[in-house]
Amino acid sequence: MTVLSVDGLSKTFDMHVLGDTQVVGLENVSFAVREGEFLAVVGESGSGKSSLLKCLYRTYDPSSGAVVYHGPDGDVDLASCPDRTVIDLRGDAIGYTSQFLDEIPRVPAVDVVARPLVEQGLDREDARGTARELLAALSVPEALWRAYPATFSGGERQRVNLAQALAPQPELLLLDEPTSALDPETRQAAIDLLSTSLGSETTIIGVFHDADVVEAVADRVLVLEDGRLQRVVPVDDYDREVVVG
Amino acid sequence: MTEQPAADEGAPGEGTTDGGTPTATDTADGGTPVPTASVDAALASLEDDGLRGYNYAYLDEHTKREVRRAMLKAVAIPGHQVPYASRPMPLARGWGTGGIQASLSLLGPGDTFKVIDQGADGSVNAANIRRLADNTADVTTTTDTTGADLIQSRHRIPEEVLTDDQRLVLQVPITDPLRNVDPSDAANRRRHAHANYGKMWVHLYENVVEYGEINIAARYPTMVAGRYLMDPSPIPRWDVPKLDDADHLTILAAGREARIYAVPPHTAVEPLAFTDREFTVERFPDQACHACGSTDTYLVEVSEEATDRGADAFETRYACNDTSFCEKRREHPELSKDHHLDREGVDWGPGTPDAAADDDTGSAADQGGTGQ
Amino acid sequence: MTLLEASGLAVRYGPGCPRCLESTGDREGTNQCPHCGSVVACADADLSVEAGEVLGVVGESGSGKSSLAELLALERDDDATTAGEVRYAGHDGNLLDVDYETRHDLRTGEIALVHQHIRDGLTLEFTGGGNVAEQLLSAGWRSYEDVRERVRELFEATEIPVARMDDPTSTYSGGMQRRVQIARALATDPDLVVLDEPTAGLDVSVQARVLDTFRRVQREAGVAAIVVSHDLSVVRLLADRTLVMRHGRVVESGLTDRVMEDPHHEYTQTLINSVI
Repeated sequence: MTVLSVDGLSKTFDMHVLGDTQVVGLENVSFAVREGEFLAVVGESGSGKSSLLKCLYRTYDPSSGAVVYHGPDGDVDLASCPDRTVIDLRGDAIGYTSQFLDEIPRVPAVDVVARPLVEQGLDREDARGTARELLAALSVPEALWRAYPATFSGGERQRVNLAQALAPQPELLLLDEPTSALDPETRQAAIDLLSTSLGSETTIIGVFHDADVVEAVADRVLVLEDGRLQRVVPVDDYDREVVVG
Repeated sequence: MTEQPAADEGAPGEGTTDGGTPTATDTADGGTPVPTASVDAALASLEDDGLRGYNYAYLDEHTKREVRRAMLKAVAIPGHQVPYASRPMPLARGWGTGGIQASLSLLGPGDTFKVIDQGADGSVNAANIRRLADNTADVTTTTDTTGADLIQSRHRIPEEVLTDDQRLVLQVPITDPLRNVDPSDAANRRRHAHANYGKMWVHLYENVVEYGEINIAARYPTMVAGRYLMDPSPIPRWDVPKLDDADHLTILAAGREARIYAVPPHTAVEPLAFTDREFTVERFPDQACHACGSTDTYLVEVSEEATDRGADAFETRYACNDTSFCEKRREHPELSKDHHLDREGVDWGPGTPDAAADDDTGSAADQGGTGQ
Repeated sequence: MTLLEASGLAVRYGPGCPRCLESTGDREGTNQCPHCGSVVACADADLSVEAGEVLGVVGESGSGKSSLAELLALERDDDATTAGEVRYAGHDGNLLDVDYETRHDLRTGEIALVHQHIRDGLTLEFTGGGNVAEQLLSAGWRSYEDVRERVRELFEATEIPVARMDDPTSTYSGGMQRRVQIARALATDPDLVVLDEPTAGLDVSVQARVLDTFRRVQREAGVAAIVVSHDLSVVRLLADRTLVMRHGRVVESGLTDRVMEDPHHEYTQTLINSVI
């Protein structure tokens, strides 16, 4: 069953501050993702990987095209639906995490991870329990759980970030370089977690620049080049030479 | 109201045609009979004429009429502070100038007048006010509460039940109860206009926080007819229940602040309190008046010379604050506060026959440790 | 469920003239009418708030965001001429036209305002608890123990030391005073809280904790909020959707992350790029 159908997606930025120049981010991108699939998005730096994820999450307003989410309550075009529909979907169906943690300062790591669960209505202590399990699975030292992520190293922060994205178990999870700052050991922990902690029905679209990770977790690979879709191939047919960070 | 305007002593018809200045004396020609050739002559002339040269009840008719109008308006809007043109009086501001203006505007020659200051008829201030009315309004004066038509009081309501043919004038130093919580009269007037008394409730809340109960000794904030919050003047809490559904009219008058307000007969007067921190009156556990033995009256501590213990020796004793009633009790210790009434079911706050029935905390006799 | 729907909101200071509207705004680059000198603090503002939603309003000082917030919180400014329509769930008619009593009831029950200036929102001579209790007492609570219990609960929820409950508010730190304001605003379980510059006057170290507290209690109570701030990061951390205001007009609106990361309007792009 198809979860997401992207059709002719384009994104152009009007940069008023640069004298009204137009910058093309994505051009006519079309693909579909099946339920439970793990799609890795790869491409050179600046090829539009992050832009693609942000267009799917509506952090970027697509200039044209359709992004149809085939949810349990029917089809929704994420490119054109009202803001409030997007907010509702973000609340439980669609998760997103970027390489940068974007949280209120001076909130302990465990509460950062627990927040989406609390917002879903879970009891605070139960949410913290789940948060601790995820932090442990991602080898975040227990001493840091009560500390503020702002003081963490890049890798530690990224794991908190990933834990937060995984906690609510969304149906569609968008990951933007979730393992870029991790050392090999913790990266493996993250990969294990990605492949085990989520149910088989969770669909993931993830931007990666690390071929090992792609091969370990992905079912198919989408290759972007200069904002255009180059090809979508099963991971076994994927030529790892094209992946550059 | 039963009193007649003082001007009736002149020819009633003339009062309106000649500018409304008829007086008890014959100055209708408008001239003053006082020669001004010399101070001595002027003084001598005054002596000759007695009251001549003064208006009946000291105030001119316009002033009295204006005060009466303010009182009527105050009666019409119970608890609402009505401004009036407070005049200079031959008393210092703050010594009852508002009360005496109200009294003099109400008194007629047939009235009997009583003045008390903190329950005592004999204090200098009360005596001065009584004498002014006596000299200028030709009234009879008394110290007997039940014999008075009009009672002017500072900081007390008498112990004996007032009746529907009596009027009480209370002297008021500060008219607005909200001034305790906000010094801005303009803001407070808006609060009264909209019955917005949240700030006063916070004051009560903080009172309970600090003392475990509402501990306001005097000027207890009181709702009148469910609408206006009123400062009942610095009467003790003991006296506040006497205002509720009273038979008599209470006029509250402030000279310095030029405001008059009123509690008409049979008006609901409810002291602010929480459902679980109720209004209570003062408690005098195990105390009785040393003079008359009363245990159901408002007692005050007095320090008196203890002659039996030699010169310069003092002792602290409790005594009735209402001296007139205390004297009666000395003669008749069993005299009830409603002895002069021939009806049942008198609820006149603490110490009256039916008060305890609906208000446990109102009875002085069985005040234990309630309200803690 | 739509809680509040506002259209054509306008606030003007000054006599006004027929050309005020066309002579002010983003395109004209000013909020002051050159013909009559009136300041059009805000005009043509449309917005809606869902139950439980947080709407952010950003803009620099003079952009009209505080005027808009005060209008929505039913604050009255005698110097201002206002126009527009506010529909509110469960109420008939225009909320801007209600009489004093209705306004008072709404403000003690359903719509709360956290003032930018502590002095406007709190009586510093009262205890912290008293300031919170005032909202309950004004709404008609008459049991001392109930009031006490609710105040204690709110102190805990907003992380103010309960031991300080009976101290004068003037002895509180700025962050604690702001928390008292929040506790007070939430006391009667309103549907909507308007926060005007919630971090104003707070040390940077305190700002974050106050915002986190507010966000937590806001979500837990399911109360909708309108957060007005010149500080983009305040709105970024709290708001689901954001309006950008300039010269008294709404120039852009959308999902907060969209406005921050993909700003369409020239002014918004400048604003985003100005963040240090």
